[in-house]
Amino acid sequence: MSAPPPVIPDYGEPSECVRANGPFCLDWFLHEWSDIFAPALVQHIELTVVAVAVGFVLAFLAALAAHRYRWTAGPIGGIAAFLYILPPLALFELLVPLTGLTVLTVEIALVGYTLLVLFRNILTGLRDVPPAARRAGVGMGLTRAQVLWRIEIPMAVPAIIGGLRVVTVLTISLVTVAAFVIDAGLGSPILKALQSPFTTQFVASGALAILLALAADGAFVLLGRLLTPWARARRVA
Amino acid sequence: MTVFLDSLSFMAAHLPLLLAKTAEHLLLCAAAIGTALVIAVPLGLWLGHTHRADFLAVSISNLGRALPTLALIAILIGIVGLGFANVFTALVIICVPPVLTNAYLAVDQVQDDLVRAGRGMGLTGSQVLFRIELPLALPLLFAGVRTAVIYVIGSATIGGVVGAGGLGDLILQEAYYGLPGVIAAALWVAALAILADVLLYVLQRAVTPSGLRARPALP
Repeated sequence: MSAPPPVIPDYGEPSECVRANGPFCLDWFLHEWSDIFAPALVQHIELTVVAVAVGFVLAFLAALAAHRYRWTAGPIGGIAAFLYILPPLALFELLVPLTGLTVLTVEIALVGYTLLVLFRNILTGLRDVPPAARRAGVGMGLTRAQVLWRIEIPMAVPAIIGGLRVVTVLTISLVTVAAFVIDAGLGSPILKALQSPFTTQFVASGALAILLALAADGAFVLLGRLLTPWARARRVA
Repeated sequence: MTVFLDSLSFMAAHLPLLLAKTAEHLLLCAAAIGTALVIAVPLGLWLGHTHRADFLAVSISNLGRALPTLALIAILIGIVGLGFANVFTALVIICVPPVLTNAYLAVDQVQDDLVRAGRGMGLTGSQVLFRIELPLALPLLFAGVRTAVIYVIGSATIGGVVGAGGLGDLILQEAYYGLPGVIAAALWVAALAILADVLLYVLQRAVTPSGLRARPALP
């Protein structure tokens, strides 16, 4: 009896580009899309959305407080500025002893970076509402809360959207650094590819992060137009 | 929490190492910031002075913010290789946009009346730039430099992945220095960023013309 022929799995042939470690091998990228890039991209988006959403809620509440009680603006702004100054990698590592190598660590740091710009933009937007518009509301018999929700916040939308644009793009860029703490996001394939410089993997991940940032920026511009139809009407008129 | 205490004793025990790494870190940052200023400030001032290319000057800063340093360092491996040159180039690329945009906006937003008054007094174009626009632009220009410096000091830590030296070396080699070493270096680099911010704030106050000082900008 002769031995059965050895079973050698057929991995296929690497393309010429992959063998030469070319700058960007499209065939390899498409082949690995569902295994490496799509999950990393989805994680990247999730981490960003949670950070920006939580940061927005916190900054919005803080801005409302600072709008109502003016003296709180200085201290809140100071804390937010302090968080903003801390180097990202350092902040991630400083949180590790407290919250471990977890998503929580990453989100705390990411939220910390969103606060300054969002707080400043929302507060500036609320403060820059023309006094005449505010007085007109009071004259119509609106309460303080109604003036806030019906006049001041709608008029602050452009400034708020401006803050969200900056913060989302910044967060997308920072999430790549989060890969030093957790194995998620587009930074993760970059770090792994750095071990054995395979160019396509980090070029593709980096490019995806940049494209994601640009797409998010564009989406907020569209959202801003949808939320402020009056601005467009004025421009047409 | 004990790890924070351990990191203090790490600092005490490895002070020469930390100082050497800090010196490397500062050298890397200073070289990158210096180069970026030489490129971005004259270009931004000139574009602002001529009121040209406003779309370009502003969208460059948006694009610059979208560039993840880690991705940039990775892509640059293929172009300039590992080490100092790689991270230096990456830092220059991320440092130029905020400085360029702020330099542009700073000069662009100087009131037209003042520029026209200068021209009416017979000042030439370059005299208008250096005697009127530049002094009025300095606070905003400095704000851009301040943002960029903080960003560069923070981003330089990532340079440790390609062996560019600096405090990132300690942060990224936990296997060798242990968690206290990582925390010590992280605290060190955070202190460095705060110190730089405070120094630049003082400088910014000092270069602001006294006429503009009455209205303090937001922090």
